[in-house]
Amino acid sequence: MATADFLLDWLPILVFFGIALALALGFLIAPALIAPNEPDPEKVSTYECGFNAFDDARMKFDVQFYIVAILFIIVDLDVAFLFPWAVTLFNPELGADRGFQIFAFWSMFVFIAVFAVGFLYEWKKGALEWR
Amino acid sequence: MIAAAAFWIFAVLAVFSGFMVIAAKNPVHSVLFLISAFISAAGLFVLMGAEYLAMVLVVVYVGAVAVLFLFVVMMLDVDFVEMKQGFLQYMPYGLMIAGLIVVELMMVVGVWAFPADAELARAHPSPTAAQTVADPNGPTNIEALGLILYTDYVHYFQIAGMVLLVAMIGAIILTFRTREGIKKQDAAKQIGRKREEGYELVDIKPGQGLS
Repeated sequence: MATADFLLDWLPILVFFGIALALALGFLIAPALIAPNEPDPEKVSTYECGFNAFDDARMKFDVQFYIVAILFIIVDLDVAFLFPWAVTLFNPELGADRGFQIFAFWSMFVFIAVFAVGFLYEWKKGALEWR
Repeated sequence: MIAAAAFWIFAVLAVFSGFMVIAAKNPVHSVLFLISAFISAAGLFVLMGAEYLAMVLVVVYVGAVAVLFLFVVMMLDVDFVEMKQGFLQYMPYGLMIAGLIVVELMMVVGVWAFPADAELARAHPSPTAAQTVADPNGPTNIEALGLILYTDYVHYFQIAGMVLLVAMIGAIILTFRTREGIKKQDAAKQIGRKREEGYELVDIKPGQGLS
């Protein structure tokens, strides 16, 4: 387990977790105790405004939503690689030597160039365009 | 004390959510339990001092992967009545495969042997691993990662970039379809339109129509 100092920094997050949990549970439990509950088949059935419901909500979507989500994950991962680079590279407190900085700088640029190839491909292919 | 309590809460929550992922009847609930398992794992990472990994877990797994799963599950045309059909018919095969896996696992565990120096290594963990956790004045998690990822592990880093490129192109090739006959708005064409193309002046003589 990590040091106590380190974990104390994270204590507020844990407190927030507790508050969120208490709120969520409270909002779940309070209606069960207080709210009147008289179910009726007509009241609990799904309805659409004005006419009988066509179908279940589980229907096939266009795959295009899915492409956007996958491309988002990939950009997300690229950003995850960028964070340590941005924090470390020219941070004077770490006292990294010049050779390290220059190498790490260009190493990231090669990485971004590879990413740019994919990005250009999806741009030219029109995958980002909404049809 | 609080750390130990948090560890137990997160650990129990992670195992419980992991179990519920496969036990929940509704696939949407399964994915929600999966998100809960990811968050508990992030909490455990923080307790071990790996804060950057924990945050990446929250951002990438909870923020993107789990949402993608939820997407897929909601897209799936799940018919619960149809799913329950043929349960008895397939059960013998399922039991057979489960039995096979149990036998295989027993065979693996049966020949399990600890290497001779394992006890020694456990008694004296490597100094670098202990230092990165214990040293409060040393570089933080993210800095320690940044100091080695782009130089010492540059090959792995670039390979990760290539893998992401393959994932990107693969996703587009697998799912992207150009559909014909769809009316699209072309902003450049709209802006580039000249006045002369838009209208025509016709001088109509009195008593004649326009043909």
